Amino acid sequence: MQRKHNLLENTIHGIFLLMGLVTVGFVLLISIYLIISGIPAIAEIGFFKFMFGKVWASTHSTNPQFGILPFILSSIYGTAGAIVLGVPIGFFASVYLSKMASPKVKSVITSAVSLLAGIPSVVYGLVGMLVLVPGIRNILNIADGASLLAAILVLTVMILPSIIKVSITALDAVPREYEDASLALGATPVETYFRVSVPAAKSGIAAAIVLGVGRAIGEATAVMMVAGNAPNMPSLLQSVRFLTTAVASEMSYAGEGLQRQALFSIALVLFLFIMLINAVLNFFIKKDKEE
Amino acid sequence: MKTEKISTKRKIYDRIIKGLMLISVAIISILVVFLIVYIMAKGIPNISWELLTTKPSRLKGTIGILPDILNTVYIVISTLLIVLPIGVGAAIYLTEYATNHRLVSIIEYTSETLSGIPSIIYGLVGMIFFCEFFQLETSLLAGSLTLVIMNLPTIMRTTQESLKTVPQSYREGAFGLGSGKWRVIRTVVLPGCVDGIITGCILSVGRIMGETAALFYTAGFAHTLSGFFEGMVNSGATLTVSLYVYAKESGEFEVAFAIASILMILTVLINLSASLVQSYYQKRRSL
Repeated sequence: MQRKHNLLENTIHGIFLLMGLVTVGFVLLISIYLIISGIPAIAEIGFFKFMFGKVWASTHSTNPQFGILPFILSSIYGTAGAIVLGVPIGFFASVYLSKMASPKVKSVITSAVSLLAGIPSVVYGLVGMLVLVPGIRNILNIADGASLLAAILVLTVMILPSIIKVSITALDAVPREYEDASLALGATPVETYFRVSVPAAKSGIAAAIVLGVGRAIGEATAVMMVAGNAPNMPSLLQSVRFLTTAVASEMSYAGEGLQRQALFSIALVLFLFIMLINAVLNFFIKKDKEE
Repeated sequence: MKTEKISTKRKIYDRIIKGLMLISVAIISILVVFLIVYIMAKGIPNISWELLTTKPSRLKGTIGILPDILNTVYIVISTLLIVLPIGVGAAIYLTEYATNHRLVSIIEYTSETLSGIPSIIYGLVGMIFFCEFFQLETSLLAGSLTLVIMNLPTIMRTTQESLKTVPQSYREGAFGLGSGKWRVIRTVVLPGCVDGIITGCILSVGRIMGETAALFYTAGFAHTLSGFFEGMVNSGATLTVSLYVYAKESGEFEVAFAIASILMILTVLINLSASLVQSYYQKRRSL
Protein backbone atom coordinates (compact mmCIF):
# COMPACT_ATOMS: atom_id res chain seq x y z
CA MET A 1 0.00 0.00 0.00
CA GLN A 2 2.70 2.43 1.09
CA ARG A 3 4.84 1.55 -1.89
CA LYS A 4 1.95 2.08 -4.29
CA HIS A 5 1.32 5.45 -2.71
CA ASN A 6 4.95 6.47 -3.07
CA LEU A 7 4.91 5.40 -6.68
CA LEU A 8 1.90 7.65 -7.34
CA GLU A 9 3.50 10.60 -5.56
CA ASN A 10 6.78 10.15 -7.41
CA THR A 11 5.05 9.90 -10.77
CA ILE A 12 3.13 13.08 -10.11
CA HIS A 13 6.30 14.84 -8.93
CA GLY A 14 7.92 13.74 -12.18
CA ILE A 15 5.04 15.07 -14.27
CA PHE A 16 5.17 18.48 -12.60
CA LEU A 17 8.94 18.56 -13.02
CA LEU A 18 8.49 17.92 -16.74
CA MET A 19 5.98 20.75 -17.02
CA GLY A 20 8.40 23.02 -15.19
CA LEU A 21 11.12 22.14 -17.66
CA VAL A 22 8.97 22.93 -20.70
CA THR A 23 10.04 26.60 -20.77
CA VAL A 24 13.70 25.60 -20.58
CA GLY A 25 13.12 23.21 -23.46
CA PHE A 26 11.41 25.87 -25.56
CA VAL A 27 14.16 28.42 -25.02
CA LEU A 28 16.79 25.84 -25.97
CA LEU A 29 14.74 24.81 -28.98
CA ILE A 30 14.36 28.38 -30.22
CA SER A 31 18.03 29.21 -29.67
CA ILE A 32 19.30 26.05 -31.33
CA TYR A 33 16.93 26.33 -34.29
CA LEU A 34 17.85 29.96 -34.88
CA ILE A 35 21.57 29.30 -34.63
CA ILE A 36 21.47 26.24 -36.88
CA SER A 37 19.37 27.92 -39.54
CA GLY A 38 20.97 31.34 -39.18
CA ILE A 39 24.67 30.49 -39.40
CA PRO A 40 24.88 29.03 -42.97
CA ALA A 41 23.88 32.23 -44.77
CA ILE A 42 26.22 34.35 -42.63
CA ALA A 43 29.03 31.92 -43.40
CA GLU A 44 28.28 32.03 -47.11
CA ILE A 45 27.90 35.79 -47.37
CA GLY A 46 30.70 36.59 -44.95
CA PHE A 47 30.17 38.04 -41.47
CA PHE A 48 31.34 41.57 -42.20
CA LYS A 49 29.63 41.78 -45.56
CA PHE A 50 26.40 40.63 -43.95
CA MET A 51 26.46 42.78 -40.81
CA PHE A 52 27.95 45.95 -42.30
CA GLY A 53 26.88 45.77 -45.94
CA LYS A 54 24.79 48.78 -46.83
CA VAL A 55 22.84 47.26 -49.71
CA TRP A 56 20.06 44.70 -49.49
CA ALA A 57 19.04 43.41 -52.89
CA SER A 58 18.07 39.81 -52.19
CA THR A 59 16.02 39.35 -55.36
CA HIS A 60 18.56 40.79 -57.79
CA SER A 61 18.88 38.20 -60.54
CA THR A 62 22.60 38.43 -61.32
CA ASN A 63 24.19 40.04 -58.30
CA PRO A 64 22.09 39.65 -55.14
CA GLN A 65 23.43 41.56 -52.14
CA PHE A 66 22.76 40.83 -48.51
CA GLY A 67 23.86 43.70 -46.30
CA ILE A 68 21.69 44.21 -43.23
CA LEU A 69 23.26 47.38 -41.82
CA PRO A 70 20.20 49.41 -42.98
CA PHE A 71 17.89 47.12 -40.97
CA ILE A 72 20.08 47.16 -37.87
CA LEU A 73 20.39 50.93 -37.92
CA SER A 74 16.68 51.45 -38.67
CA SER A 75 15.77 49.24 -35.72
CA ILE A 76 18.17 51.10 -33.44
CA TYR A 77 17.14 54.57 -34.59
CA GLY A 78 13.44 53.69 -34.47
CA THR A 79 13.76 52.32 -30.96
CA ALA A 80 15.90 55.23 -29.79
CA GLY A 81 13.37 57.70 -31.21
CA ALA A 82 10.47 55.99 -29.47
CA ILE A 83 12.44 55.96 -26.20
CA VAL A 84 13.36 59.65 -26.48
CA LEU A 85 9.71 60.58 -27.01
CA GLY A 86 8.05 57.97 -24.84
CA VAL A 87 10.22 57.91 -21.73
CA PRO A 88 9.66 61.55 -20.62
CA ILE A 89 5.89 61.25 -21.12
CA GLY A 90 5.76 57.88 -19.38
CA PHE A 91 8.07 58.99 -16.58
CA PHE A 92 6.24 62.19 -15.64
CA ALA A 93 2.87 60.48 -15.99
CA SER A 94 3.91 57.62 -13.69
CA VAL A 95 5.23 59.92 -10.98
CA TYR A 96 1.98 61.89 -11.14
CA LEU A 97 -0.18 58.77 -11.05
CA SER A 98 1.80 57.08 -8.30
CA LYS A 99 2.28 60.05 -6.00
CA MET A 100 -0.02 62.97 -6.71
CA ALA A 101 -3.20 61.75 -8.40
CA SER A 102 -6.35 61.13 -6.38
CA PRO A 103 -7.29 57.44 -6.16
CA LYS A 104 -10.12 58.00 -8.63
CA VAL A 105 -7.93 59.70 -11.26
CA LYS A 106 -5.27 57.04 -10.73
CA SER A 107 -7.69 54.18 -11.35
CA VAL A 108 -9.25 55.82 -14.43
CA ILE A 109 -5.90 56.63 -16.06
CA THR A 110 -4.31 53.28 -15.21
CA SER A 111 -7.24 51.45 -16.78
CA ALA A 112 -6.84 53.68 -19.84
CA VAL A 113 -3.16 52.68 -19.93
CA SER A 114 -4.11 48.99 -19.64
CA LEU A 115 -6.45 49.50 -22.57
CA LEU A 116 -3.55 50.96 -24.59
CA ALA A 117 -1.54 47.86 -23.68
CA GLY A 118 -4.33 45.57 -24.83
CA ILE A 119 -5.01 47.11 -28.22
CA PRO A 120 -3.65 44.73 -30.90
CA SER A 121 -0.61 46.03 -32.78
CA VAL A 122 -2.42 45.66 -36.09
CA VAL A 123 -4.97 48.24 -34.91
CA TYR A 124 -2.15 50.67 -34.09
CA GLY A 125 -0.80 49.95 -37.55
CA LEU A 126 -4.16 50.70 -39.14
CA VAL A 127 -4.59 54.03 -37.35
CA GLY A 128 -0.97 54.89 -38.15
CA MET A 129 -1.54 54.09 -41.81
CA LEU A 130 -4.63 56.25 -42.14
CA VAL A 131 -3.90 59.10 -39.73
CA LEU A 132 -0.15 59.44 -39.19
CA VAL A 133 1.14 58.61 -42.66
CA PRO A 134 -1.15 61.04 -44.55
CA GLY A 135 -0.64 63.58 -41.75
CA ILE A 136 3.14 63.50 -42.12
CA ARG A 137 2.82 63.68 -45.89
CA ASN A 138 0.58 66.75 -45.77
CA ILE A 139 2.28 68.65 -42.97
CA LEU A 140 5.84 68.13 -44.17
CA ASN A 141 4.84 68.17 -47.82
CA ILE A 142 6.75 65.05 -48.86
CA ALA A 143 5.84 62.44 -51.44
CA ASP A 144 5.14 59.60 -49.03
CA GLY A 145 4.50 59.76 -45.30
CA ALA A 146 5.36 56.11 -44.70
CA SER A 147 8.67 56.73 -42.96
CA LEU A 148 10.92 56.19 -39.97
CA LEU A 149 9.16 59.13 -38.29
CA ALA A 150 5.76 57.41 -38.58
CA ALA A 151 7.24 54.21 -37.13
CA ILE A 152 8.80 56.15 -34.23
CA LEU A 153 5.47 57.81 -33.39
CA VAL A 154 3.53 54.54 -33.45
CA LEU A 155 6.20 52.78 -31.36
CA THR A 156 6.14 55.65 -28.85
CA VAL A 157 2.45 55.03 -28.20
CA MET A 158 2.98 51.28 -28.05
CA ILE A 159 5.77 51.34 -25.45
CA LEU A 160 4.02 53.86 -23.14
CA PRO A 161 1.94 51.24 -21.29
CA SER A 162 4.95 49.03 -20.42
CA ILE A 163 6.96 52.01 -19.21
CA ILE A 164 4.13 53.45 -17.14
CA LYS A 165 2.97 50.20 -15.54
CA VAL A 166 6.42 49.06 -14.42
CA SER A 167 7.45 52.55 -13.25
CA ILE A 168 4.26 52.92 -11.19
CA THR A 169 4.90 49.58 -9.49
CA ALA A 170 8.45 50.67 -8.65
CA LEU A 171 7.35 54.09 -7.37
CA ASP A 172 4.51 52.64 -5.30
CA ALA A 173 7.00 50.40 -3.54
CA VAL A 174 9.12 53.31 -2.21
CA PRO A 175 8.76 53.31 1.60
CA ARG A 176 6.47 56.07 2.84
CA GLU A 177 9.01 56.98 5.56
CA TYR A 178 11.54 58.27 3.02
CA GLU A 179 9.00 60.74 1.70
CA ASP A 180 7.78 61.73 5.16
CA ALA A 181 11.34 62.45 6.25
CA SER A 182 11.94 64.66 3.24
CA LEU A 183 8.64 66.50 3.70
CA ALA A 184 9.39 67.04 7.38
CA LEU A 185 12.69 68.67 6.44
CA GLY A 186 10.76 71.26 4.47
CA ALA A 187 10.96 69.96 0.90
CA THR A 188 7.88 70.54 -1.22
CA PRO A 189 5.95 67.45 -2.37
CA VAL A 190 7.29 67.83 -5.93
CA GLU A 191 10.87 68.09 -4.69
CA THR A 192 10.31 65.06 -2.48
CA TYR A 193 8.94 62.91 -5.28
CA PHE A 194 11.67 63.80 -7.76
CA ARG A 195 14.66 63.93 -5.41
CA VAL A 196 13.75 61.17 -2.98
CA SER A 197 11.16 58.80 -4.45
CA VAL A 198 12.50 58.69 -8.01
CA PRO A 199 16.12 57.97 -6.98
CA ALA A 200 14.82 55.27 -4.62
CA ALA A 201 12.90 53.66 -7.49
CA LYS A 202 15.59 54.16 -10.11
CA SER A 203 16.31 50.48 -10.80
CA GLY A 204 12.62 49.77 -11.35
CA ILE A 205 12.29 52.75 -13.66
CA ALA A 206 15.39 51.63 -15.56
CA ALA A 207 13.81 48.18 -15.92
CA ALA A 208 10.68 49.86 -17.31
CA ILE A 209 12.73 51.68 -19.93
CA VAL A 210 14.61 48.54 -20.95
CA LEU A 211 11.29 46.72 -21.24
CA GLY A 212 10.15 49.50 -23.57
CA VAL A 213 13.31 49.07 -25.65
CA GLY A 214 12.52 45.36 -26.00
CA ARG A 215 8.94 46.06 -27.07
CA ALA A 216 10.00 48.63 -29.64
CA ILE A 217 12.77 46.59 -31.22
CA GLY A 218 10.55 43.50 -31.44
CA GLU A 219 7.43 45.04 -32.97
CA ALA A 220 6.77 43.87 -36.50
CA THR A 221 3.17 44.29 -37.63
CA ALA A 222 2.61 47.95 -36.78
CA VAL A 223 6.01 48.96 -38.16
CA MET A 224 5.35 47.05 -41.36
CA MET A 225 2.14 49.04 -41.87
CA VAL A 226 3.62 52.53 -41.39
CA ALA A 227 7.34 52.43 -42.25
CA GLY A 228 7.05 51.80 -45.99
CA ASN A 229 9.41 48.82 -45.97
CA ALA A 230 12.06 49.96 -48.46
CA PRO A 231 15.55 48.74 -47.49
CA ASN A 232 17.06 52.23 -47.29
CA MET A 233 19.72 53.44 -44.91
CA PRO A 234 17.68 55.12 -42.18
CA SER A 235 16.67 58.74 -42.49
CA LEU A 236 13.80 60.31 -40.60
CA LEU A 237 11.53 61.05 -43.55
CA GLN A 238 12.38 58.06 -45.70
CA SER A 239 10.82 54.67 -46.01
CA VAL A 240 12.77 52.15 -43.89
CA ARG A 241 12.83 48.49 -43.02
CA PHE A 242 13.44 47.21 -39.48
CA LEU A 243 15.02 43.86 -38.55
CA THR A 244 11.57 42.53 -37.67
CA THR A 245 9.93 43.68 -40.88
CA ALA A 246 12.87 42.44 -42.94
CA VAL A 247 12.04 38.93 -41.74
CA ALA A 248 8.30 39.37 -42.14
CA SER A 249 8.19 41.02 -45.54
CA GLU A 250 10.20 38.53 -47.58
CA MET A 251 9.24 35.31 -45.83
CA SER A 252 6.13 34.79 -47.92
CA TYR A 253 7.88 34.70 -51.28
CA ALA A 254 11.39 33.60 -50.34
CA GLY A 255 11.88 30.19 -51.89
CA GLU A 256 14.70 27.86 -50.97
CA GLY A 257 18.30 28.98 -51.07
CA LEU A 258 20.30 31.91 -49.88
CA GLN A 259 17.48 34.47 -49.76
CA ARG A 260 15.49 32.35 -47.34
CA GLN A 261 18.54 31.41 -45.28
CA ALA A 262 19.51 35.06 -44.99
CA LEU A 263 16.11 35.79 -43.41
CA PHE A 264 16.90 33.28 -40.67
CA SER A 265 20.23 35.03 -40.17
CA ILE A 266 18.40 38.34 -39.71
CA ALA A 267 16.16 36.64 -37.15
CA LEU A 268 19.27 35.38 -35.37
CA VAL A 269 20.70 38.91 -35.19
CA LEU A 270 17.38 40.19 -33.83
CA PHE A 271 17.33 37.35 -31.30
CA LEU A 272 20.82 38.26 -30.08
CA PHE A 273 19.72 41.87 -29.62
CA ILE A 274 16.75 40.67 -27.57
CA MET A 275 18.88 38.36 -25.44
CA LEU A 276 21.19 41.27 -24.68
CA ILE A 277 18.22 43.46 -23.72
CA ASN A 278 16.86 40.64 -21.53
CA ALA A 279 20.17 40.37 -19.72
CA VAL A 280 20.18 44.11 -19.03
CA LEU A 281 16.54 43.93 -17.93
CA ASN A 282 17.33 41.11 -15.52
CA PHE A 283 20.23 43.07 -14.10
CA PHE A 284 17.95 45.98 -13.23
CA ILE A 285 15.17 43.76 -11.88
CA LYS A 286 17.66 42.00 -9.59
CA LYS A 287 19.07 45.32 -8.43
CA ASP A 288 15.55 46.59 -7.77
CA LYS A 289 14.78 43.53 -5.64
CA GLU A 290 17.99 43.95 -3.65
CA GLU A 291 17.17 47.56 -2.93
CA MET B 1 0.66 75.11 7.41
CA LYS B 2 3.22 77.03 5.42
CA THR B 3 5.19 79.05 7.88
CA GLU B 4 8.37 79.26 5.88
CA LYS B 5 8.64 81.09 2.59
CA ILE B 6 9.89 79.14 -0.39
CA SER B 7 12.41 80.78 -2.70
CA THR B 8 11.28 81.82 -6.17
CA LYS B 9 13.68 79.37 -7.77
CA ARG B 10 12.09 76.46 -5.95
CA LYS B 11 8.63 77.75 -6.79
CA ILE B 12 9.47 77.86 -10.50
CA TYR B 13 10.92 74.32 -10.34
CA ASP B 14 7.71 73.16 -8.69
CA ARG B 15 5.52 74.78 -11.31
CA ILE B 16 7.53 73.47 -14.25
CA ILE B 17 7.57 69.89 -13.01
CA LYS B 18 3.87 69.99 -12.17
CA GLY B 19 3.19 71.36 -15.63
CA LEU B 20 5.20 68.58 -17.28
CA MET B 21 3.33 65.95 -15.29
CA LEU B 22 -0.05 67.34 -16.23
CA ILE B 23 0.94 67.62 -19.89
CA SER B 24 2.08 63.97 -19.91
CA VAL B 25 -1.14 62.73 -18.33
CA ALA B 26 -3.14 64.92 -20.71
CA ILE B 27 -1.30 63.49 -23.74
CA ILE B 28 -2.09 59.95 -22.63
CA SER B 29 -5.75 60.71 -21.92
CA ILE B 30 -6.23 62.47 -25.25
CA LEU B 31 -4.54 59.59 -27.04
CA VAL B 32 -6.81 56.98 -25.49
CA VAL B 33 -9.97 59.00 -26.12
CA PHE B 34 -8.90 59.74 -29.69
CA LEU B 35 -8.15 56.09 -30.44
CA ILE B 36 -11.47 54.88 -29.04
CA VAL B 37 -13.59 57.57 -30.72
CA TYR B 38 -11.77 57.39 -34.06
CA ILE B 39 -11.90 53.61 -34.39
CA MET B 40 -15.49 53.35 -33.20
CA ALA B 41 -16.67 56.18 -35.46
CA LYS B 42 -15.01 54.65 -38.49
CA GLY B 43 -15.75 51.02 -37.66
CA ILE B 44 -19.20 50.68 -36.13
CA PRO B 45 -21.12 52.03 -39.17
CA ASN B 46 -19.44 49.38 -41.30
CA ILE B 47 -20.48 46.46 -39.15
CA SER B 48 -23.45 44.79 -40.74
CA TRP B 49 -25.28 41.54 -40.20
CA GLU B 50 -24.06 40.35 -43.57
CA LEU B 51 -20.44 41.09 -42.67
CA LEU B 52 -20.68 39.09 -39.47
CA THR B 53 -22.49 36.06 -40.82
CA THR B 54 -21.04 35.30 -44.24
CA LYS B 55 -17.77 34.32 -45.79
CA PRO B 56 -16.07 36.40 -48.47
CA SER B 57 -17.45 35.74 -51.91
CA ARG B 58 -15.56 36.58 -55.08
CA LEU B 59 -18.65 35.89 -57.13
CA LYS B 60 -20.84 38.44 -55.40
CA GLY B 61 -17.90 40.68 -54.52
CA THR B 62 -18.91 40.75 -50.86
CA ILE B 63 -16.74 40.42 -47.79
CA GLY B 64 -17.78 38.50 -44.69
CA ILE B 65 -15.73 37.85 -41.60
CA LEU B 66 -17.54 34.85 -40.12
CA PRO B 67 -14.64 32.47 -40.95
CA ASP B 68 -12.18 34.85 -39.29
CA ILE B 69 -14.33 35.10 -36.17
CA LEU B 70 -14.57 31.30 -35.97
CA ASN B 71 -10.84 30.88 -36.59
CA THR B 72 -10.12 33.30 -33.76
CA VAL B 73 -12.42 31.37 -31.43
CA TYR B 74 -10.86 28.04 -32.46
CA ILE B 75 -7.33 29.25 -31.96
CA VAL B 76 -8.15 30.80 -28.56
CA ILE B 77 -9.81 27.59 -27.34
CA SER B 78 -7.11 25.23 -28.61
CA THR B 79 -4.25 27.37 -27.33
CA LEU B 80 -5.79 27.66 -23.87
CA LEU B 81 -6.52 23.93 -23.74
CA ILE B 82 -2.87 23.13 -24.31
CA VAL B 83 -1.19 25.96 -22.44
CA LEU B 84 -3.29 25.80 -19.27
CA PRO B 85 -2.21 22.40 -17.94
CA ILE B 86 1.45 23.05 -18.80
CA GLY B 87 1.53 26.57 -17.37
CA VAL B 88 -0.36 25.72 -14.18
CA GLY B 89 1.72 22.57 -13.76
CA ALA B 90 4.96 24.49 -14.16
CA ALA B 91 3.81 27.07 -11.61
CA ILE B 92 2.88 24.32 -9.16
CA TYR B 93 6.26 22.71 -9.64
CA LEU B 94 8.03 25.99 -8.95
CA THR B 95 6.11 26.88 -5.79
CA GLU B 96 5.21 23.46 -4.34
CA TYR B 97 7.85 20.95 -5.38
CA ALA B 98 11.10 22.58 -6.41
CA THR B 99 13.80 22.53 -3.77
CA ASN B 100 16.79 23.24 -5.97
CA HIS B 101 17.32 27.00 -6.07
CA ARG B 102 19.43 26.90 -9.15
CA LEU B 103 16.79 25.00 -11.14
CA VAL B 104 14.08 27.44 -10.03
CA SER B 105 16.11 30.42 -11.14
CA ILE B 106 16.88 28.78 -14.48
CA ILE B 107 13.18 28.07 -15.10
CA GLU B 108 12.21 31.58 -14.08
CA TYR B 109 14.91 33.07 -16.27
CA THR B 110 13.82 31.07 -19.31
CA SER B 111 10.21 32.04 -18.68
CA GLU B 112 11.19 35.72 -18.66
CA THR B 113 13.23 35.17 -21.81
CA LEU B 114 10.21 33.66 -23.53
CA SER B 115 8.06 36.66 -22.66
CA GLY B 116 10.65 38.98 -24.19
CA ILE B 117 11.06 37.23 -27.54
CA PRO B 118 9.35 39.15 -30.37
CA SER B 119 6.37 37.49 -31.99
CA ILE B 120 7.95 37.49 -35.44
CA ILE B 121 10.66 35.15 -34.13
CA TYR B 122 7.98 32.87 -32.71
CA GLY B 123 6.34 32.91 -36.11
CA LEU B 124 9.57 31.93 -37.82
CA VAL B 125 10.48 29.17 -35.37
CA GLY B 126 6.86 27.96 -35.35
CA MET B 127 7.00 27.74 -39.11
CA ILE B 128 10.18 25.66 -39.29
CA PHE B 129 9.36 23.58 -36.23
CA PHE B 130 5.62 22.88 -36.35
CA CYS B 131 4.77 23.47 -40.02
CA GLU B 132 7.85 21.90 -41.60
CA PHE B 133 9.53 19.58 -39.08
CA PHE B 134 6.27 18.14 -37.69
CA GLN B 135 4.61 18.51 -41.10
CA LEU B 136 1.51 20.22 -39.76
CA GLU B 137 1.76 22.59 -42.73
CA THR B 138 0.18 26.02 -42.47
CA SER B 139 -2.70 25.30 -40.14
CA LEU B 140 -4.55 26.68 -37.14
CA LEU B 141 -3.01 23.87 -35.08
CA ALA B 142 0.52 24.99 -35.98
CA GLY B 143 -0.52 28.57 -35.14
CA SER B 144 -1.99 27.63 -31.81
CA LEU B 145 1.05 25.54 -30.84
CA THR B 146 3.21 28.58 -31.58
CA LEU B 147 0.94 30.69 -29.38
CA VAL B 148 1.21 28.09 -26.62
CA ILE B 149 4.93 28.88 -26.28
CA MET B 150 4.19 32.61 -26.29
CA ASN B 151 1.52 32.44 -23.61
CA LEU B 152 3.20 29.96 -21.30
CA PRO B 153 5.01 32.67 -19.28
CA THR B 154 1.76 34.61 -18.74
CA ILE B 155 -0.11 31.63 -17.30
CA MET B 156 2.91 30.61 -15.21
CA ARG B 157 3.35 34.08 -13.76
CA THR B 158 -0.28 34.72 -12.79
CA THR B 159 -0.70 31.23 -11.32
CA GLN B 160 2.55 31.52 -9.38
CA GLU B 161 1.56 34.90 -7.97
CA SER B 162 -1.71 33.58 -6.67
CA LEU B 163 -0.13 30.36 -5.36
CA LYS B 164 2.08 32.52 -3.19
CA THR B 165 -1.02 34.02 -1.55
CA VAL B 166 -2.32 30.60 -0.42
CA PRO B 167 -1.40 30.61 3.30
CA GLN B 168 1.29 28.13 4.30
CA SER B 169 -0.84 27.10 7.27
CA TYR B 170 -3.48 25.59 4.93
CA ARG B 171 -0.88 23.27 3.47
CA GLU B 172 0.50 22.39 6.89
CA GLY B 173 -2.99 21.70 8.19
CA ALA B 174 -3.67 19.31 5.34
CA PHE B 175 -0.30 17.59 5.74
CA GLY B 176 -0.95 17.32 9.46
CA LEU B 177 -4.18 15.45 8.77
CA GLY B 178 -2.13 12.89 6.89
CA SER B 179 -2.68 13.88 3.25
CA GLY B 180 -0.03 13.20 0.65
CA LYS B 181 1.46 15.96 -1.42
CA TRP B 182 -0.72 15.34 -4.47
CA ARG B 183 -3.88 15.35 -2.36
CA VAL B 184 -2.87 18.64 -0.74
CA ILE B 185 -2.28 20.20 -4.13
CA ARG B 186 -5.56 18.91 -5.51
CA THR B 187 -7.77 19.86 -2.60
CA VAL B 188 -6.07 22.85 -0.97
CA VAL B 189 -3.57 24.51 -3.28
CA LEU B 190 -5.38 24.38 -6.64
CA PRO B 191 -8.71 25.78 -5.38
CA GLY B 192 -6.74 28.61 -3.79
CA CYS B 193 -5.17 29.74 -7.04
CA VAL B 194 -8.27 29.76 -9.24
CA ASP B 195 -8.14 33.56 -9.49
CA GLY B 196 -4.59 33.47 -10.86
CA ILE B 197 -5.55 30.87 -13.43
CA ILE B 198 -8.61 32.86 -14.54
CA THR B 199 -6.60 36.10 -14.76
CA GLY B 200 -3.94 34.29 -16.77
CA CYS B 201 -6.60 32.95 -19.14
CA ILE B 202 -8.12 36.38 -19.67
CA LEU B 203 -4.73 37.98 -20.35
CA SER B 204 -3.85 35.15 -22.73
CA VAL B 205 -7.13 35.51 -24.62
CA GLY B 206 -6.21 39.15 -25.18
CA ARG B 207 -2.76 38.28 -26.41
CA ILE B 208 -3.95 35.46 -28.68
CA MET B 209 -6.68 37.62 -30.15
CA GLY B 210 -4.28 40.47 -30.82
CA GLU B 211 -1.46 38.43 -32.32
CA THR B 212 -0.52 38.81 -35.96
CA ALA B 213 3.19 38.43 -36.66
CA ALA B 214 3.41 34.95 -35.12
CA LEU B 215 0.46 33.74 -37.18
CA PHE B 216 1.30 34.96 -40.69
CA TYR B 217 3.42 31.96 -41.58
CA THR B 218 2.04 29.41 -39.13
CA ALA B 219 -1.75 29.74 -39.44
CA GLY B 220 -1.94 31.45 -42.80
CA PHE B 221 -4.49 33.60 -44.56
CA ALA B 222 -7.42 31.40 -45.69
CA HIS B 223 -11.05 32.41 -45.18
CA THR B 224 -12.77 29.03 -45.44
CA LEU B 225 -15.76 28.29 -43.28
CA SER B 226 -15.26 25.07 -41.33
CA GLY B 227 -15.97 23.24 -38.10
CA PHE B 228 -13.53 22.99 -35.21
CA PHE B 229 -11.62 19.82 -36.11
CA GLU B 230 -11.62 20.47 -39.81
CA GLY B 231 -10.58 24.06 -39.16
CA MET B 232 -7.66 23.11 -36.93
CA VAL B 233 -5.85 21.17 -39.64
CA ASN B 234 -6.41 23.78 -42.33
CA SER B 235 -4.98 27.20 -42.89
CA GLY B 236 -7.09 30.04 -41.53
CA ALA B 237 -6.83 33.77 -40.86
CA THR B 238 -7.79 35.18 -37.47
CA LEU B 239 -9.50 38.57 -37.15
CA THR B 240 -6.20 40.41 -36.72
CA VAL B 241 -4.51 38.69 -39.62
CA SER B 242 -7.41 39.42 -41.94
CA LEU B 243 -7.50 43.03 -40.69
CA TYR B 244 -3.86 43.27 -41.75
CA VAL B 245 -4.58 41.77 -45.16
CA TYR B 246 -7.65 43.93 -45.80
CA ALA B 247 -5.80 47.11 -44.80
CA LYS B 248 -2.35 46.50 -46.24
CA GLU B 249 -2.85 44.24 -49.23
CA SER B 250 -6.33 44.89 -50.58
CA GLY B 251 -7.10 48.41 -49.34
CA GLU B 252 -10.55 47.46 -47.97
CA PHE B 253 -10.46 50.04 -45.21
CA GLU B 254 -14.18 49.82 -44.32
CA VAL B 255 -13.82 46.15 -43.46
CA ALA B 256 -10.51 46.80 -41.72
CA PHE B 257 -12.10 49.41 -39.47
CA ALA B 258 -15.12 47.22 -38.80
CA ILE B 259 -12.74 44.49 -37.57
CA ALA B 260 -10.68 47.05 -35.62
CA SER B 261 -13.78 48.27 -33.80
CA ILE B 262 -14.78 44.71 -32.94
CA LEU B 263 -11.25 44.12 -31.59
CA MET B 264 -11.44 47.34 -29.56
CA ILE B 265 -14.74 46.29 -27.99
CA LEU B 266 -13.28 42.87 -27.16
CA THR B 267 -10.16 44.50 -25.66
CA VAL B 268 -12.33 46.69 -23.41
CA LEU B 269 -14.37 43.64 -22.34
CA ILE B 270 -11.21 41.64 -21.60
CA ASN B 271 -9.72 44.44 -19.50
CA LEU B 272 -12.99 44.89 -17.63
CA SER B 273 -13.36 41.20 -16.84
CA ALA B 274 -9.72 40.94 -15.71
CA SER B 275 -10.19 43.75 -13.20
CA LEU B 276 -13.59 42.37 -12.10
CA VAL B 277 -12.06 38.96 -11.40
CA GLN B 278 -9.27 40.55 -9.44
CA SER B 279 -11.50 42.71 -7.27
CA TYR B 280 -13.96 39.83 -6.70
CA TYR B 281 -11.24 37.56 -5.37
CA GLN B 282 -9.60 40.31 -3.37
CA LYS B 283 -12.90 40.92 -1.60
CA ARG B 284 -13.36 37.22 -0.96
CA ARG B 285 -9.85 36.92 0.45
CA SER B 286 -10.28 39.80 2.84
CA LEU B 287 -13.48 38.30 4.27
